[in-house]
Amino acid sequence: MIRRLLTTVLLLWSLHPAALLAASGGGRVVVEDPYIEFRSGPGRGFPVFHVVDRGEAVVLLRRRTDWIKVRGNDGTEGWVNRGQLERTLTPDGEPVTLPGASPESRTAHRWEAGLMTGDFDGANMVAAQAAWVVTPKLHVRADVSHLLGDYSNGWLAAAGIAHVFMPHRRISPLVGIGGGVLHIEPKATLVMPEDRTDTAAYAGIGLRGYLTTRFLLQAEYRQFVVFTSRDDNEEIDAWTVSFAYYF
Amino acid sequence: MDRELRILLLSGVGFAALAAPAPAPAQADAGAGPATPQVVEPRVRRREVNPPGLDTENFEAGLFVGTISIEDFGASVSYGGRFAYHFTEDVFAEATLGTAKAGRTSYEDLSGSAELLTDSERQFTHYDLAIGWNALPGEVFLGSGRAMPSAVYFTLGAGSTRFAGDDHFTVALGAGLRVLATDWVAAHLYVRDLAFESDLLGKNKLTHNLQVTFGVTAFF
Repeated sequence: MIRRLLTTVLLLWSLHPAALLAASGGGRVVVEDPYIEFRSGPGRGFPVFHVVDRGEAVVLLRRRTDWIKVRGNDGTEGWVNRGQLERTLTPDGEPVTLPGASPESRTAHRWEAGLMTGDFDGANMVAAQAAWVVTPKLHVRADVSHLLGDYSNGWLAAAGIAHVFMPHRRISPLVGIGGGVLHIEPKATLVMPEDRTDTAAYAGIGLRGYLTTRFLLQAEYRQFVVFTSRDDNEEIDAWTVSFAYYF
Repeated sequence: MDRELRILLLSGVGFAALAAPAPAPAQADAGAGPATPQVVEPRVRRREVNPPGLDTENFEAGLFVGTISIEDFGASVSYGGRFAYHFTEDVFAEATLGTAKAGRTSYEDLSGSAELLTDSERQFTHYDLAIGWNALPGEVFLGSGRAMPSAVYFTLGAGSTRFAGDDHFTVALGAGLRVLATDWVAAHLYVRDLAFESDLLGKNKLTHNLQVTFGVTAFF
């Protein structure tokens, strides 16, 4: 188990482009604001202990969320907010832009990822989901759920498309359709304990709302039709709520 | 000739000022008010490019070891891994995977022979996906010369526990302390309650399995 975990961690590390750049250090920028503030830690509550005036150069070292660790000419190191560093210039005189969320990203983002929980025909769902925002109104979505019920367990993998009616509004309705694979393992105490894997399709209706400039909350009802190998198809109601972040 | 050229240029500037009404008032204000330089922001969408080599470290991965009190089965050594992504300085998402080997119930010890579970059923393996909130950021001081950023965080997650031959839907509530030893290495003290329903001992009940772990993680 430990070896598997370690291998996963090492593999993820080696895949991350930052691992290749970690040793190289960041670029040099020239302060354009009257001054920039160095804080002792990556957060708004940490005290300001140093300032660097306009015209001086600082070196960007590393970034965590919206905070960038920089080194001044005298060797002092501190954390500076992304907003302040966006008012700096490269040595060529170009403005520096650091990727990150802005109020416009509500309709301009490309990706969403989140955690989801809910009820699938009486079973609890634990799920991870992601969406590719093709246009603000059209999303391509996928989710993987672990289903944990009283009489059976299983998993569900689904993908589909969704239409968001008013993406620019704070709260917007959406509809979606999709399909996937449902695997059910009845618990051993039941009469028919064989595992089943079936294809399924769904139609969903939901509401999504932006919590801040980066997070959204989504609630959705989906009706699944499971194409079983028996005579009748099975209909299943699923209620989900998810907390997502957009990139 | 020189004078004509000057008149021509001045009248050109005058026409330009009339033809471009939007920036003109801004320039007039700047001239009338105190000597504050007015910068006209170009309405051009900038390319979002990370400066070369700036290492963005929002992922966090690491290992933990500690103890878990499995309800009715005593306390055992618990170990595993955790993986987190920090969205903002306040909010993160976390995936945890851990395992422990449950001990024996008092009933099993007293009766001497009856075993409630097989050896493999005693393996207590849990995972969960959680949202975390850095509620109390601060600094930890070591002596007079060293201050390390820290945060007390709370997490709420949902996942699954495999124990006694069954998967149980698990709600994980946690509170932890993260101290950054260096810019990219953090130490964690993490207390969690893994709660799930179990009917192992005859009737259905909500079991609370308290876990206290010490972990080391790296940001990358």
